[in-house]
Amino acid sequence: SFIYCTFPWFGMDIGGTLVKLVYFEPKDITAEEEQEEVENLKSIRRYLTSNVAYGKTGVRDVHLELRNLSMCGRTGNLHFIRFPTQAMHRFIQMGSDKNFSSLHTTLCATGGGAYKFENDFRTMADLELLKLDELDCLIHGLLYVDSVSFNGQPECYFFENPSDTQNSVKTPCSLADPFPMLLVNIGSGVSILAVYSKDHYKRVTGTSLGGGTFLGLCCLLTGCETFEEALDMASRGDSSNVDKLVKDIYGGDYERFGLQGSAVASSFGHMMSKEKRDSISKEDLARAMLVTITNNIGSIARMCAVNEKIERVVFVGNFLRINTVSTKLLAYAMDFWSKGQLKALFLEHEGYFGAVGALLELLKSPEEA
Amino acid sequence: MTRLSRGTRPMFTSKMAAECQRVDRSSHSMDKSITLPADEIFRNLENAKRFAIDIGGSLTKLAYYSTVQHKVAKVRSFDHTAKETEGEPLYEISMQEEVTARLHFIKFENAYIETCLDFIKDHLVNTETKVIKATGGGAHKFKDLIEKKLKLRVDKEDEMTCLIKGCNFVLRNIPHEAFVYVKHADSEFRFQNTHPDIFPYLLINIGSGVSIVKVESEDKFERVGGSSIGGGTFWGLGALLTKTKRFDELLQLASKGQHTSVDMLVKDIYGGSYGSLGLTGDLIASSFGKSATADNEFSKEDMAKSLLHMISNDIGQLACLYARLHNLTRVYFGGFFIRGHPVTMHTITYSINFFTKGEVQALFLRHEGYLGTIGAFLKGAEEDTPPMLPHSLGTTALSHPRFDPNQYSWGENYAGSSGLMSVSPDLNPMQRTRSGTFDMLEMDRLERQLVNLPLLQDPSSYIPDTVDLSEDALAREYWLYCFEEALDGVVKRAVASQPDLPEAAERAEKFRHKYRHKLQTLRQQPFAYGSLTVRSLLDTREHCLNEFNFPDPYSKIKQRENDIALKYFQKAIKSLEELSWEQRQFALVRGLLAGNVFDWGAKAVSDVLESDPEFGFEQAKRQLEERPWLVDAYDQWLERLKGPPHKCALFFVDNSGIDIILGVFPFIRELLCRGTEVVLASNSSPALNDVTNSELQILTQRIAAMDLVIQSAVKEDRLTLVQSGSSSPCLDLSRLDKELAGVVRERHTDLVVIEGMGRAIHTNYYAMLSCESLKMAVIKNSWLADRLGGKLFSVVFKYEVPPSHKTTTQDHVPGTPS
Repeated sequence: SFIYCTFPWFGMDIGGTLVKLVYFEPKDITAEEEQEEVENLKSIRRYLTSNVAYGKTGVRDVHLELRNLSMCGRTGNLHFIRFPTQAMHRFIQMGSDKNFSSLHTTLCATGGGAYKFENDFRTMADLELLKLDELDCLIHGLLYVDSVSFNGQPECYFFENPSDTQNSVKTPCSLADPFPMLLVNIGSGVSILAVYSKDHYKRVTGTSLGGGTFLGLCCLLTGCETFEEALDMASRGDSSNVDKLVKDIYGGDYERFGLQGSAVASSFGHMMSKEKRDSISKEDLARAMLVTITNNIGSIARMCAVNEKIERVVFVGNFLRINTVSTKLLAYAMDFWSKGQLKALFLEHEGYFGAVGALLELLKSPEEA
Repeated sequence: MTRLSRGTRPMFTSKMAAECQRVDRSSHSMDKSITLPADEIFRNLENAKRFAIDIGGSLTKLAYYSTVQHKVAKVRSFDHTAKETEGEPLYEISMQEEVTARLHFIKFENAYIETCLDFIKDHLVNTETKVIKATGGGAHKFKDLIEKKLKLRVDKEDEMTCLIKGCNFVLRNIPHEAFVYVKHADSEFRFQNTHPDIFPYLLINIGSGVSIVKVESEDKFERVGGSSIGGGTFWGLGALLTKTKRFDELLQLASKGQHTSVDMLVKDIYGGSYGSLGLTGDLIASSFGKSATADNEFSKEDMAKSLLHMISNDIGQLACLYARLHNLTRVYFGGFFIRGHPVTMHTITYSINFFTKGEVQALFLRHEGYLGTIGAFLKGAEEDTPPMLPHSLGTTALSHPRFDPNQYSWGENYAGSSGLMSVSPDLNPMQRTRSGTFDMLEMDRLERQLVNLPLLQDPSSYIPDTVDLSEDALAREYWLYCFEEALDGVVKRAVASQPDLPEAAERAEKFRHKYRHKLQTLRQQPFAYGSLTVRSLLDTREHCLNEFNFPDPYSKIKQRENDIALKYFQKAIKSLEELSWEQRQFALVRGLLAGNVFDWGAKAVSDVLESDPEFGFEQAKRQLEERPWLVDAYDQWLERLKGPPHKCALFFVDNSGIDIILGVFPFIRELLCRGTEVVLASNSSPALNDVTNSELQILTQRIAAMDLVIQSAVKEDRLTLVQSGSSSPCLDLSRLDKELAGVVRERHTDLVVIEGMGRAIHTNYYAMLSCESLKMAVIKNSWLADRLGGKLFSVVFKYEVPPSHKTTTQDHVPGTPS
């Protein structure tokens, strides 16, 4: 009774820095289907599922793969692939080379790039995009992935004992009854949404100080080239050599206002001094950059949560990928500054919800659509 | 009082210049030999009583309280019990020395600290002070030096507390303290009217980090939040990115850069705008978002610009979130990141506008750099003041070293204050630092506490001045020219007013020099003391005259005119009484207007008067425009007079002589006859030929002696004289003597009469009162007449009734027009 969508099933989220692609690999293909399946569809499937890296910069996040997923009456695995938006034209070229347009599938795309590259898809690869709103997709994708769970494990987690970032423990939890939630999506920039139900939400605010800022400034300051490199340096650095702390100014706590001596008074404040600039390590700079951006997002998110009277703050976005420094810091900041009122939650598939949401649009039955 | 004469004032000597150079070398900065005349810095140090110092990252701000001794003109009535003799003046004028309190604030670069401390040590003679209050990050660093040099104990005060105290003080005492910044506008600074209630407000202090403080009352404030991304972040990150060391230079770079090559904009991601969210394509989606991917090099300028946007936007966003959370709309910004930098004022303003959709305006303060030292000073003053000690006015409080500055009103002294420095971004930052080397603020303690006129319809929207010359370039051009032209005459009159003092000519030249310099400054920087207005130009002139001990250049002229006019008083009353009621009402108004033609302050009139001393009252009447006047509500006024009398009329009087004696007195005499009580408000101290309160006391006595109506009114307290609290030819109804406000309230004043060009046209022309009002003036300036669509000697007769108030005037006992 299902109206099957034609394979291949893709959902794409073209962001400012990264393109996120989810691909549903059907595992229940009948022999009959297999025979009918056109060659280039097969080759796409084989290419995507048998590799973990594509070209120089494409990566499949194997550890995120959702296995034996039932979608739209079919069973299969959902794959999570990302590559830099800079490689977008090469990707479109590949689509053209593989004659993707002959497959007569709808390519669902969200993110700003869906608009920016729409014409390129059309002229270079004869492909029409179904453009979708990125915030709709984000919320739908998030709720969907949470509902199907992460291969039997919870998708969501928080940090037990957040006040001690050294010893806080990642703890899985359920996002049951998720509304209202403040959804903080940290990509190149940051969007903050107040979500009241699946289709009822508002964008509260945003900030341009996001993942792109961290990476951009790290590249300028340290000469690094990738997010991984920047994070690796940050993990080995000490931001207190870069930042001016309350105790650097007041000799200890600023008691009049209840500020601890260890609190950062001025990010990069030590760098006003030439001697300190001359002796600082790249690692310390990277760490300070990471802490600065993270704390700032935490601070804005917290204010929004208070203003919107929402206690649950969910952080997503690729800035949090392999970035425990930031997740722990956010958990700490939410807890500390709200005196335990606010709770920071995180999701395993951080940056992929928009793409999943786009895929879900493809699979919507005509009645639903 | 030779002790205070200018000649003995210590000069900056060559020794001191040498010292400056020594400091110079050690602080690896530019040549800083001090060439400022000693008259202009560390003034009145001899009597300095209480010190406070705020040492920041690069600037030191010193505060002290001192007393100033200067001449005042006093009038004293002769004994007139005996029959008066022909030619004897009715009162005598004497010059006396008076001591008034003044607060001095000086800002200079930290490199000068040692030199300045030495200078203070050498010239501090009479002080009993043992302690210097200190605040600011550098206070700790210089503690030993200060203690060693000045032999004063350094007493550290909390920075934020000082900041808030200082902020409250300037907001309360300096009109036009706050402004919004509008880039590219005719005048970049839009000064704000001080709201009568300054609380609550949010203060965002952007130093190396950011502190957000909610201030609810004088003593109640709370640091509600903050951010580590502040001026230090801009400076530190900026220095790393651009290898540029100085903060000023970084801003300079930023002002030349293009952030779009570094930042990832919405259109870089979307190809255009993100329509459904209303995000325009030019919006920054990710600060520095392009620097991660692009392989090309970025210019220093572009990176600095991007950094500036990033930090300003971030601070603006947080400020808005806190403003919304605490439901506050008044948000002031301060700290070194902001201080005098149009670039940051602009980006912060932009950000606040963006995030609040225009609901909140970013406000900046003219004296922001002084807040800390003012606060520290006040803290010290408070601690010295036993809370239970009653505060008497005048000499008792002065001779007593303990006083609480918050008990008084203070006024910015335009003669002794540097004003807001030019902040044109084109100026070389080096030059700017230099020109600000010794910046000064002086505040005079006012004799009286100043408050709003209780009859203002909406005190928060009241703007005294009719034309803002900082926004009206044409008017500015004219008035600056006009005041410069008039300068010769003012100097001449000043010298003439002190025939017995041979050095008066020399002092008058100094006055000329100073005032001309002020005019030149204002030509370049019309915003220097807040909005430039005719009032501020007049007040600045008065301040400069006082500075050089010309307290009352018109004293003799006023005396002579008063004498002449008094002789005609009875005759004038008699001829008025012969008229029918209706004729008399008109004659009274015409008389008032004709009297107002006599105004030495207006150039056109002083020309006529100087060339033709016979120019008389009758001639003045003939000069008047015939009805219908330029603004003519006389018929409505006459109708009103046929109704019940007013309960009490408050009359702001203008000039001495014919104006007050033959114009105002007959007019109020009629009001008194109608059963209306009258309060005459006159200036507390001299300004031009305006009648002062002490002169008016004598005049009233003399008139009472020859007129029974006035006599009984004085006796029965139906005619009251009050001080306006002002010493300006103009009138600010939001800064009036507290006692006046009390009288107005007690007597249920229901009519306000404002007379004269300065008070009713230059100021208050559009003032809305909650009771009936008359605004009367003769336009004695052809340019102004032209502007208002009239001609020289055109008449303005404005009678206004507040819309909601018509019924209440019927409350009183009906009277019959006689």
